[in-house]
Amino acid sequence: MSLLEFRKEGIYCPQADVYIDPWRPVKRALITHGHADHSRWGHQYYLCTTSAMPVIRYRLGDINVETIDYGEKKSIHGVQFSFHPAGHILGSAQIRIEYKGEVWVVSGDYKIEDDGFAEAYEPVQCHSFITECTFGLPIYKWKPQQEVFDDINSWWQKNKEEGKVSVLSGYSLGKAQRIIQHLDTSIGQIYTHGAVENVNEVIRSQGVKLQDTIRVHQGLNKKDYIGNMVICPPSAMGSAWIKKFKSASLGVASGWMMLRGARRRRAADRGFVLSDHVDWEGLNTAIEASGAERIFVTHGYTDIFRRWLAEEGYDAQIVETEYEGELTEMSDKTDSNEEE
Amino acid sequence: MKQFAKLFTALDQTTKTNAKVEALAQFFRESEHDQDKLWTVAILSHRRPKRTVNTTLLRHWASEEGSIPLWLFEESYHVVGDLAETIALTLPPDFEEQDQSLTYWIDFIKSLGKLEEEEKREKVKWAWRQLNYAERFIFNKLITGGFRVGVSQKLMVRALAQYTGIEENTLAHRLMGDWTPDDTTFHDLILSSDPMEDLSKPYPFYLAYALDEGPEDLGAPEEWQAERKWDGIRGQLIVRGDELFVWSRGEELVTDKFPEYAVLAEKLPNGTVLDGEILPFKDGRPLSFNLLQTRIGRKNITKNILKKAPVILMAYDLLEWEGQDIRQKPMEERRKLLEYAVAQCNEEVLMLSERLQFDNWEALAEERDKSREYDSEGIMLKRKDSPYRSGRKRGDWWKWKIDPMMIDAVMIYAQRGHGRRANLYTDFTFAVWDGDLLVPFTKAYSGLTDKEFREITAWVRKHTVERFGPVRSVTPHHVFEIAFEGIRASNRHKSGVALRFPRINRWRKDKPKEEANTLADLKAFLNA
Ligand SMILES: [Zn+2]
Repeated sequence: MSLLEFRKEGIYCPQADVYIDPWRPVKRALITHGHADHSRWGHQYYLCTTSAMPVIRYRLGDINVETIDYGEKKSIHGVQFSFHPAGHILGSAQIRIEYKGEVWVVSGDYKIEDDGFAEAYEPVQCHSFITECTFGLPIYKWKPQQEVFDDINSWWQKNKEEGKVSVLSGYSLGKAQRIIQHLDTSIGQIYTHGAVENVNEVIRSQGVKLQDTIRVHQGLNKKDYIGNMVICPPSAMGSAWIKKFKSASLGVASGWMMLRGARRRRAADRGFVLSDHVDWEGLNTAIEASGAERIFVTHGYTDIFRRWLAEEGYDAQIVETEYEGELTEMSDKTDSNEEE
Repeated sequence: MKQFAKLFTALDQTTKTNAKVEALAQFFRESEHDQDKLWTVAILSHRRPKRTVNTTLLRHWASEEGSIPLWLFEESYHVVGDLAETIALTLPPDFEEQDQSLTYWIDFIKSLGKLEEEEKREKVKWAWRQLNYAERFIFNKLITGGFRVGVSQKLMVRALAQYTGIEENTLAHRLMGDWTPDDTTFHDLILSSDPMEDLSKPYPFYLAYALDEGPEDLGAPEEWQAERKWDGIRGQLIVRGDELFVWSRGEELVTDKFPEYAVLAEKLPNGTVLDGEILPFKDGRPLSFNLLQTRIGRKNITKNILKKAPVILMAYDLLEWEGQDIRQKPMEERRKLLEYAVAQCNEEVLMLSERLQFDNWEALAEERDKSREYDSEGIMLKRKDSPYRSGRKRGDWWKWKIDPMMIDAVMIYAQRGHGRRANLYTDFTFAVWDGDLLVPFTKAYSGLTDKEFREITAWVRKHTVERFGPVRSVTPHHVFEIAFEGIRASNRHKSGVALRFPRINRWRKDKPKEEANTLADLKAFLNA
């Protein structure tokens, strides 16, 4: 019996009888992080990190959830489980599973760079490593985030000088807060779309510090926004909501903005390459650091990345899952239960 | 190169016309080298240095320099869809600073031509190591020859006008013809005047609005003139001072692209300006618009192209006659003069767009239904007493297009998209029934929402029958309504037909695959 199996409900540990990030309703689910394609509705029991819990509960409502701290060990039917920072969003974890000396790691979504907001990624040694490869092509190489934020802030400054509103989209959970935390508020105020502000409120109430933001609401005048920054989810970009802002410059922050074609297809003025997923170098670094010989790739450019790993000498396999990486995050399912 | 890279980045970062013009004008103001300005004008008007390295070699060298296997480079290229960009992305990010001019790098590329392969390889790799990301991309674009910057000649001319204070039409004239930066200078080409330039000046085009409903609300049918709407390039043909000038609707001088019209310089009297459609036309019928497009894209018009896609001018209107601007005369009067001018000229390359006879709107609707027989897109309606206006003004000119043809088809293959959509299946092949067999007849992609693409992608993953590289065959199940503008018999296609502008109109979730259309239904459109 393998320590983990791939079933139609999700990744399954038969010895412990638990699933990790399952996409169909199950009895017991261990959750890597709060994005909609990883923490789904309908499980009878959830286990996630203490810092991921508030948002998951906010999204899923009255669920039966238990929390665990990073590094803390929990034994289920003799299998040792522990959660380790994945650096993807606040509270995101890689889940380490150990049984009779065999170790697996399910990394969920992750990134190597410390973004100053999510708990910084830590490599975890294992025999078998389950990884995403959303950006598993050598064309995806992120710049250090400070350079990207410098670009964003100077774009904001320039828009302000031209009497424009800066509207920047990034998914509501994770990207939005990471951006807010790095904006230069000496330039102006930060306004937020309701979907973003709802998440902000949840995160602040768990004691995490976040720069001040103001929710966009009916009572505000068009000219209040001029020279200021508005953060919204990607879905708001094409909607009527955006018309509130007179003369706005539109920006998109996403890893997909790496490609010129993608930048041009989006009806935005600027594309900033900013992702909460590992880039090509990061993937290879993480896989090497895990010390694993067996690699399972779940979502992204799986065919290509598997072949690359096989040629590099790994026992690499593709697992068909229903995770969607930054695609889901672009569509931003967290919006569905918001007003605005 | 730094200034050009800055210009390129600025142009690439905006979709707004004014911002593009401003970026260009700023470049012209700030650039220290006149030769760089001239090269910029050349590149933006599709005059490029000759290709000195073939792309197969570039791909090999890029994969070596990027330390990735060639197959991985090729897969990346498939996703990116642009060779210059793929190379720039996969090379190691480190570089040594340099500050050579754009002209230096163009000369560098030109000098590669006479070198041995091994020397070229060393030189190109050396260049990559000197350049930052944006500069590498530009270098690669210059070396591979395909530079699409999203700036029309018109915008470039506008910026140049801002910078030099010279009128736009005058500049457009100066830029036409067969020049390269190797045989002229910025001063000689752009700043020195040419006595011919006033002669070439066109009038602004009058553009029609689309008629959404029928023409009934336009009033009395006898107040209107109706013609077929032709699917070519709107153009203005000018004969003045024994010279011929052809302008496209984009206000670009395209005289050189259509040598067929040269004969009109002698056959039409001086002081004649015609408005019409540049139409590929052979054996009494218009040809596919695609042929014209490939022709426009070529720098050199070869004999073969002239034979495959010869053009005529389908004349709509007369704007200047005997040196007089007659645009304020009513349509009917201009039309009489036009008929006279075309008859006098008596050249096959100049045809008159015929007026349609109709006593009432029903009769015109019947004519419209026959549009496809004439390979036309529908009907143009022009008010008989109207002047020739400028730009798009509502009221006097209307286009009444035909509805697209539709067929319900079954999806049988799916292919991944590019870029942001590279994880989604966005390109599909569709089939119709021929007995029990599904015969593929077209590919189509646009027309679904992002949500529908995600839904179909999830479905494709679960219902893949076979994989061929990026393509998957799927269980025949889903029916889509495919809209298209035209159809013709084709031996090269399994189905025996080829479609024009096929696209997905909607997803017919209500229809089981058995109820999709048949090949006979599709072929019935051939005679429709
Ligand atoms: Zn995620």
